[in-house]
Amino acid sequence: MTEMTEAQVRDEVRAFLKENWSTDRSLIEWRNILVDSGWGAPHYPVEWWGKGLPAAMSLVVDEVFREFDAVGAAKAGIRTLAGATILVHGSDLHKKKYLRGILTGEETWCQLFSEPGSGSDLAGAATRADFKDGKWIINGQKVWTTSAHHAHFGLLLARTDWDAVKHKGLTYFIIDMHQPGVDVNQLKQMNGHASFNQVFITDAVVEEDMRVSELGEGWKVATTTLMYERRGADGARRYDAKIHKPGKIYEDYNEEIDHMLAPYVWYPQRTGRSDLLVEHAKAMGKFDDPLIRQNVAKVLTMAKAAEWTARRARAAQEQGKPQGPEGSIGKLAASHVARAANQAHTLIAGPDAMLTGSDSWMDGTIAEILVSTPAISIAGGTDEIQRNIISERILKMPKEPRTDTDRPFREVPRNQVT
Amino acid sequence: MQFSFTEEQTEFRSIIRRFLEAKSPTTEVRKLMETDTGYDPAMWKALSEDLGLTALHIPEEYGGAGFGVTELAIACEEMGRALACAPYFASAVMAGTAITHAGSDEQKADLLPGIASGETIATLAVAEPGKGWDAGSVTMAASKAGSVYRLTGTKSYVLDGMTASLVVVAARLPNGHLGLFAVQDLSDGVKRTPLKSMDPTRKLAKIEFNEAMGMLLGSETGGEAAYAKTFDTCLICLANEMAGGAERLREDALEYVNMRVQFGRTIGSFQVTKHKAADMLLDVELAKSAAYSAASAMDDGDAEATAYASMAKANASDAYIQTAIHAVQMHGGIGFTFDNDTQLWFKRAKASEAFLGDATWHRERMMQNWSA
Repeated sequence: MTEMTEAQVRDEVRAFLKENWSTDRSLIEWRNILVDSGWGAPHYPVEWWGKGLPAAMSLVVDEVFREFDAVGAAKAGIRTLAGATILVHGSDLHKKKYLRGILTGEETWCQLFSEPGSGSDLAGAATRADFKDGKWIINGQKVWTTSAHHAHFGLLLARTDWDAVKHKGLTYFIIDMHQPGVDVNQLKQMNGHASFNQVFITDAVVEEDMRVSELGEGWKVATTTLMYERRGADGARRYDAKIHKPGKIYEDYNEEIDHMLAPYVWYPQRTGRSDLLVEHAKAMGKFDDPLIRQNVAKVLTMAKAAEWTARRARAAQEQGKPQGPEGSIGKLAASHVARAANQAHTLIAGPDAMLTGSDSWMDGTIAEILVSTPAISIAGGTDEIQRNIISERILKMPKEPRTDTDRPFREVPRNQVT
Repeated sequence: MQFSFTEEQTEFRSIIRRFLEAKSPTTEVRKLMETDTGYDPAMWKALSEDLGLTALHIPEEYGGAGFGVTELAIACEEMGRALACAPYFASAVMAGTAITHAGSDEQKADLLPGIASGETIATLAVAEPGKGWDAGSVTMAASKAGSVYRLTGTKSYVLDGMTASLVVVAARLPNGHLGLFAVQDLSDGVKRTPLKSMDPTRKLAKIEFNEAMGMLLGSETGGEAAYAKTFDTCLICLANEMAGGAERLREDALEYVNMRVQFGRTIGSFQVTKHKAADMLLDVELAKSAAYSAASAMDDGDAEATAYASMAKANASDAYIQTAIHAVQMHGGIGFTFDNDTQLWFKRAKASEAFLGDATWHRERMMQNWSA
């Protein structure tokens, strides 16, 4: 399509919404109209339900949607990553078959990368894909899988060559989750919530045309998926806010958000909630305790300094300056803040720190903080991995010696998963 | 708030850095720290006249350049990085700021141009023996004698107190208010004694006043407000100076572990060392963020500036000494020797922990001024 100016985009989107937007439609009915128009995914190519506009123009389209309180294409979950990966690496068949359902929200996706035996070491995946009678037979176990219990399709990383070196023996597939041999179990966390799943795969079948990468080139495609995941800064779990207005479509939409969000209601608590410290101390009548004031001040200082460091990184990025060290330490800083906030909340709670649920202050929020902060220094790259990245990439220190990348994968020691 | 430096500010920083790399290598620092005065008049002249650093934040109408706290803080960060031996913090930062905030137009016209040009070396004397820098702990009495005041009492930990020719003194007015007084005649009723400073790059003195003549800066009721602003600016500048020192320590330690070989490999290739280096980067970057943001908040007149000033100082106190401890450790045995330069910054870190109030005190001050 020819280049469009921002004003032209605004005009066209406004015209489209004036013509078509109605709160009386069902969510699915509307999304199908939207996807056909191309305004549901303006950054997608014209031939695949898009407008071929640069990614930045999507923000302009979003703004116009907000003017109308209009609901956009489905974005929650892994579907955005699936769409991006399929657009870059998928065949025409994959695009034809999946992109539309991704955008309308009628089909849900999950990411089958991590395994019990390979966490930080993602490329050590040992789920097997064996080619038999023209089909791929999959066996293995995946874990930390968001949304697997209601996903229709999965992005699967599996090993097809055990004689190749680690990163060269993986292949990337799309697997139908609704088939015998795919068994999804919720994984209950220490804080009582179940936000993730374990997926047991036993002789599940993937057709040859559902292979996304060349044989042994799966890691490269997985890198694309992971890049979009990082770029979205937790974008896989970013949701649009609910819209509290009357109309059938808003009911559907808000229900969709509630449904998607339910497993993650504890997420704010994993940060340690330093924002609640002063309120908590006052409520417990301990705001005058000098020791508590010291602890609260320490956490607030750390949290503010971390926030300002992130702002420095963003400012540098916006000005097109090369990323300085300030851009790489946010994740590690967040772990420190969360741990320190947990300690301060414990100190404030006193013996109440032994209580949970409705017996804990703020209807269990404090108790939830106390048992949720360990997640932050693990999820999305452990503190240890972060320190390796900082020291090797930022400080240019020597890389860890490796013994797993120079020999056939079958000879590399790995975990025995039972 | 500003979260990145402008091109001009970045260029300004690199000019100072080049200057100090040339004029203040550690060989020079070691030479000057053994002297009584603790600075080199030729370097001071270049710093004042060629670079104009002493004039930075002093208003233009009084011979200054009229820049903000952000620029002043950049200069301080670079001085801390180089461990520059000069009465800069005492004269330009402490006394210059105090007179700017407290003095009448006439007094400013009288006192500031000399500080701006570097001809006058001034200092600010607030703390008394065993006490801190908060206005409330000042007990020294000022009694009115005609158009001037007579000051009696003892000030301690006075930065560059032996070399200063102008001392701004905090004392209690007969009406109970805090007053800032300019004492220019240091020959009558003023006894100065050098203190043995643990950080030899920063000279300290005890000054005993006995009916010494002082000129009240500004009004009889404005001292608290003027000092509060002065103190916040000094804290922010010190926090930036400390962040600069901490970063230098971090960089030097990193260079060392990447060079030092044990067990057939550089010790920087061991994960335990790499992780320590990563933690040091985190500490230093957070300290820099807090120090930069406090300076920016001060320039914006942000309501939280006082809380942020104390936050920056508390953070810098902890981060600087922690970085120094790690730096000595990373150097191993050699790091504990006098000949290794790490000890120079270690001592600056240790002395700066207490200077203008320690981390614990500033955390409490931050909480009292925290409105968020």
